[in-house]
Order: sequence, then structure tokens, then C-alpha cells
Amino acid sequence: MRVALFVTCLVDLMRPQVGFAAVRLLEAGGCQVEVPESQTCCGQPAFNSGDLDTARAIARNVIEAFAGYDHVVAPSGSCAGMLRLHLPTLFADDPQWRARADDLARRTHELTAFLTDVLGFDGLGDARFDGTVTYHDSCASLREMQVAKQPRALLRRVAGLELRELTTPEICCGFGGTFCVKYPDISTHMVQDKVDDIEATGAQTLVAGDLGCLLNIAGRLQRTGSVVRTFHVAELLANMADGAAIGEGEAQ
Amino acid sequence: MKSTATEFVANSRNALADRQLQTALGRVGPGFIEKRRLALQDLPEFELLRASARDIKDRTLEALDVHLERFEAQVATAGGQVHWAADAAEACEQIVALCRQHGAHKVTKGKSMSAEEIGLNDALEQAGFEPIETDLGEYIIQLAHEPPSHIIAPAIHKNRAQIADLFQEHHGRYGITHRAESVPEIVDEARQVLREQFLAADVGITGANFLVAETGSVIVVTNEGNGDLTASLPRAHIVVAGIDKVVPTLDDASVLLRLLARSATGQAFTAYTSLFTGPRRIADPDGPDAFHVVLVDNGRSAMLGGPFREMLRCIRCGACLNHCPIYGSVGGHAYGWVYPGPMGAVLTPLMTGLANATDLPNASTLCGRCEAVCPMSIPLPRLLRQHRNEQHRRRLDSPRARWALAAWGFAARRPRLYRLATGLGIRLLALLGKRRGRFAHLPLAGGWTRSRDLPAPTGPTFMSQWRRPNRPGTGS
Repeated sequence: MRVALFVTCLVDLMRPQVGFAAVRLLEAGGCQVEVPESQTCCGQPAFNSGDLDTARAIARNVIEAFAGYDHVVAPSGSCAGMLRLHLPTLFADDPQWRARADDLARRTHELTAFLTDVLGFDGLGDARFDGTVTYHDSCASLREMQVAKQPRALLRRVAGLELRELTTPEICCGFGGTFCVKYPDISTHMVQDKVDDIEATGAQTLVAGDLGCLLNIAGRLQRTGSVVRTFHVAELLANMADGAAIGEGEAQ
Repeated sequence: MKSTATEFVANSRNALADRQLQTALGRVGPGFIEKRRLALQDLPEFELLRASARDIKDRTLEALDVHLERFEAQVATAGGQVHWAADAAEACEQIVALCRQHGAHKVTKGKSMSAEEIGLNDALEQAGFEPIETDLGEYIIQLAHEPPSHIIAPAIHKNRAQIADLFQEHHGRYGITHRAESVPEIVDEARQVLREQFLAADVGITGANFLVAETGSVIVVTNEGNGDLTASLPRAHIVVAGIDKVVPTLDDASVLLRLLARSATGQAFTAYTSLFTGPRRIADPDGPDAFHVVLVDNGRSAMLGGPFREMLRCIRCGACLNHCPIYGSVGGHAYGWVYPGPMGAVLTPLMTGLANATDLPNASTLCGRCEAVCPMSIPLPRLLRQHRNEQHRRRLDSPRARWALAAWGFAARRPRLYRLATGLGIRLLALLGKRRGRFAHLPLAGGWTRSRDLPAPTGPTFMSQWRRPNRPGTGS
């Protein structure tokens, strides 16, 4: 099975290890993983800012880059949601590109959903993480991609891991792409609510499936002096959560 | 009412710093969200009802003119009269004229968002009438001279002490000197004051939850019974409603009613669900002598023919407000006009002009919780994006945002340039952030770093590492 990894711009730029963790999991699940060189971003910032011409131009690039693969997998519900639900809407008046966008949409998956639902993969045999973990549902994973059970099922199979649920896992963390810098006061209020919920679980580690939420939550946890560490769920599932967590440097 | 939606950022900052408001907003969760959740637990057919409700409204909107004209004819058959108002000003003029025609002085009002939308109280006062709100929440904000902060709980931002203060300040003229402290005392005092008003009113004005075309009936739901007294005791009953409120049949209305109260307050049904059909008939023991319905367009027919058509399915339950994390953070007044939350962020720009409400469609993370709970399946995030598209097209977005987006978009379409530019930038940032792993300050990133650390890139980029022979993660 030829699977293309949609790295996502945040993983590419901010935390490449998430991409390598995804590759490790996909290969363990029996996929032949390729990373198309011409990929950049899914175009969501332009799409959500009303710049449909730019979004469309980027969409064409995405469609070209990922043509011909059996599946396209992203370690992000948000980018996968963009490809699956929104890209086709950009070509309402262009039947040829619309057909290609629909085809890409059908082949696109969020990582944990692909691992469980398509591959029937139930984790690395030697996956281990000693500690209590809580999981944050990103809005796009939960409501656009219907991803909720899959990451939890995979986490429960990790030896040594105790999963604790948030009181309100379905509430947004306040990231929202450009929202967090356009409306920083509201965004801060929202992420503080999320941080309070996380702290109340007593979990030592927070994981999520979207790096945008994770950067936001990790940044607030660290600013407020919390000891809770954050990883992308793929890092933990791939046994790659033994080094620096998000926002931790050499000084830690 | 004049909109202050242009002040959204300043309004929201004040709201976030208002401790009392934050405490009040904390009640939304247990008060509405939890009750709705429990109500839906007992309604396994919720999703079926929801689909059916959407079909009913879509079908109605397909032939809205036909249903409205049928409603008008049935109202006339029942002895009432329908008046058509193109905009807020015309609606107010017509209602003022009707109040004059019926020789009114005192006018009681049931809770109506349409009346708020057209600024009816101001118009009535300017014309020399004395409008009195009879819904407790509306009455409280009328005393405070404030707009509603929630479409079904207009005074949700007020606490008990503030209400007691307002009553003490305004009720002296009714000879009430004792300060009401407890909730039952406050409710009793309001009942005592309002009872006199109900009996003294010449005209009663209510809104409508539904207009039934086949019978010419107006359906009003309340929990306080004030709607019934407002409609039945005065000489004339005037209904003010948007043209989107019409449904073809009583059966259609009953489907929507099953969703409305559950979505709004978590009740299976509100305490009162009243149907008003024409004025008092000869054999009726009570009821008004005259029955008028003022149907307000105010931008609705324009919505019908454009991309915002689905917004006309809205039944004003408030579920999107209750579940919105932005509304939950800043409350209703920050939105600056009468409709707050996600439905308000869609409606306010349509009714007051997009250029006068540029923040509203943008102040959303598009988290989708509103659409998920909407009983009418209105795609609110898509409609917010639709406003953003229009803003971008009309250059109403900020030059700085446009510039940043254009620069990033230029690079994102050119993979080689993108790799080169991001590769260099990331290497630099990774080097700077290597020791601490994050930034407490970073030029141009103040919006982020004022309240959050910014995790540093761990560098180099995935794409540059992927091309190396010994990429990370292999050979474990």
C-alpha cells in the first residue's frame, strides 16, 4: 500500500519528530511511506481568511503533489479536514479540478483514524510510556473527522500508560489558527480554561493529534509554571516521547 | 439600537476583566449545556427530528412567499390583519401607528427578539407611549437601559444583588420600600408590579416563535405566562415577527417545538405554549378586540436569495450561544448589538452592514460546536467564513493581515522557494531557542507571547531531514 505523508507545515517547521513518528507507525502498520517533495501547506490559513484565490492556488499544488497515492495521511485532524471537507468546495465551478479534489478527499485520513480504521493496526508491540496521560480532542479531529475513539484506543494499548479524561475534552483550546494572535485576550482566556481542566486531571502529560493546539496549550502551561509535559500523540505511540517535550530545551 | 460591534475588541477586553460577568457566564454551563444534554438523553430520535426540522424549513423557504400570503389570508379570515414592513424603521412606524389607532398609552410587551432588532422600545417612547417589558429578564434590562446579552436569557449577565438594586431604585414609585433580597422575593415583587401593568395596558405586543400558515395562528412559548397576559388582556394584540417565522402547518410547528425548548433550556416543553388566532370571538370570555401581525423583512428576503439562506432556518433557541467558547468568554454585550454568539456573528453583519461588524465573523476559532448543537443544522462556521470571503473581497480586512497572507501564499505555491525560506528561518529560530526550548518574547509575535511561551522549532525542518540517508526514527 503506497501511502503519502502529508507532513503539515507546523510539523515540518516546528517539530519534525512528529512526522518521523508518523512514518514509524505507518511503516509498522505495513505501509510503504512516501513524502512528496512539492508539498507545502494545505492552504487553510488562506481559506479561513477569506482569500479563496490563494487557497485555490495552494489547493492545486496539494492535489498535484498527492496524485496517485492509495492514501494520504496527515498527523493532524485540522489539515486532514481541510483536504477532505473544504478543498472540494473551492472548485464548485471547475468540474475537472473538482473531480480531482473529490478524489483526494476520499483518500485523505487523519493519522490515528487511518492506523485503526484502515490498517487495523493496534500499536507497536513494544510501545511503553510510564505515566498518567490526558488527551485533548482538537476541534477539527473531533467534529470534522469524527476522530475520538481511535487515538484513545491506541493510547490504551501502550504499556504503563494511564489515560485520564478531561472534564470538557470537546471544548476548543483557543488556538484557531490566526485567531490566537488576532484576539489574544479571548484566546488566552480559552487556553487558561483548558489548562485548568488539564491540571485538574492530575495527569503528568498532555497529548493531542494537532500541533497547533499543542503549541498553544504547551505555551500556556509553561508560561503559568505547570509541570505538565506535552507531546503529539504520534510521538507517544511511536516510542519517541523519551526526549524533550514540546517547548523544552537543552536546559531542562 | 445603535450597534457597537466596531468596538468588539475593546468590549471583549472589558468583558474579560469584569469579574461579576465572568461569574455569571460560568452559570451557562450547568444552566443550559447540562440541561440540554440531559433532555437529549431522553430523546433518542433527536437526529431524526433534526433532519425533519431542517427539511420543513428548507421546504418552507422554497416557497416562502406562498406560505406568507396564505398566513396573511388566514389571519384575515380569523378577523386579524397582517402588515408588511420592509425594514426596522417601517416596522416601528407601523406599530406606533397601530398603538395610536387603538388609543394606547400604556403598552405591555412580551419578550421578542424581533422587537429588539427593530429598536421598538425607543420608537414607542419617542412617540409618547410607555412600553413595559413583562418577561422578567427583559423587564430587568429595561430598568437597566441595557440590550439583552442572551437571546433567551436577556439578563443573564446580572446577578441577584444588581437586580435587587434596580428594583429598589425603580419600585419606590409603586410604594415598595422593602428591598427584595432572595430570588422568591424578587420574583414576587416583579409579579406584583407587573400585574398592575397587565391590567392597565391598552395594547399588548408579543413576538412569535412560529407563524402557522394553514390556520393563521401565532405560536408564542414562554415560561412565565407573561405572553398570554400580554396578548389577552389589552384591547389590541400586536405581533411582531420576522418573515422567517412562518411554517406551513401545525404539524410542522409541532416538530420544531419538540426541538426548541430542549435545545434552549433543556425542557421537554416550555411551561406555556400558546396559540393566538385572530381577535376575541363573540363567544370568547376574553381576548383582544383587535389582532395585528407586523411581518418584518429587514434583510431577510435578501438572505433568501444568497449564500446566507440557511440562516433563515434559525429558531432562536440560543444553543449556539451556550456552546460557543467565545460567547462563554466575553458574553453577549461584547458583540455590540442585539444578537450575540455565532448566530449573531452571522446576522449582525447582514442587518447592520459588514463594514460595521468586521470583527464578529473573525472572532471565532471555527471550532464547530455551534453547528454540532444547532437543532436546525445551520452550518454556522461556513457562514462565518462566507462573511470573511466577502470582507477579503471588499478589502475590509487589515492591510497587515493581507500582506502577511499574500507573502505566505506566494511562497506556499512555490515549493522550492518555500523550502529555502523556511529552511533558513527555522535554522535560525532553532538555534536561538535551543537552550530554553521556547521564547518568552519574539519580535512580531507579541499577540502570542504576551500570555504564552512560544515553543521553539526543534529544527532543521522535516523535509530537509527526510532527504538525509539516516533519517530519525528509522532502525529502531
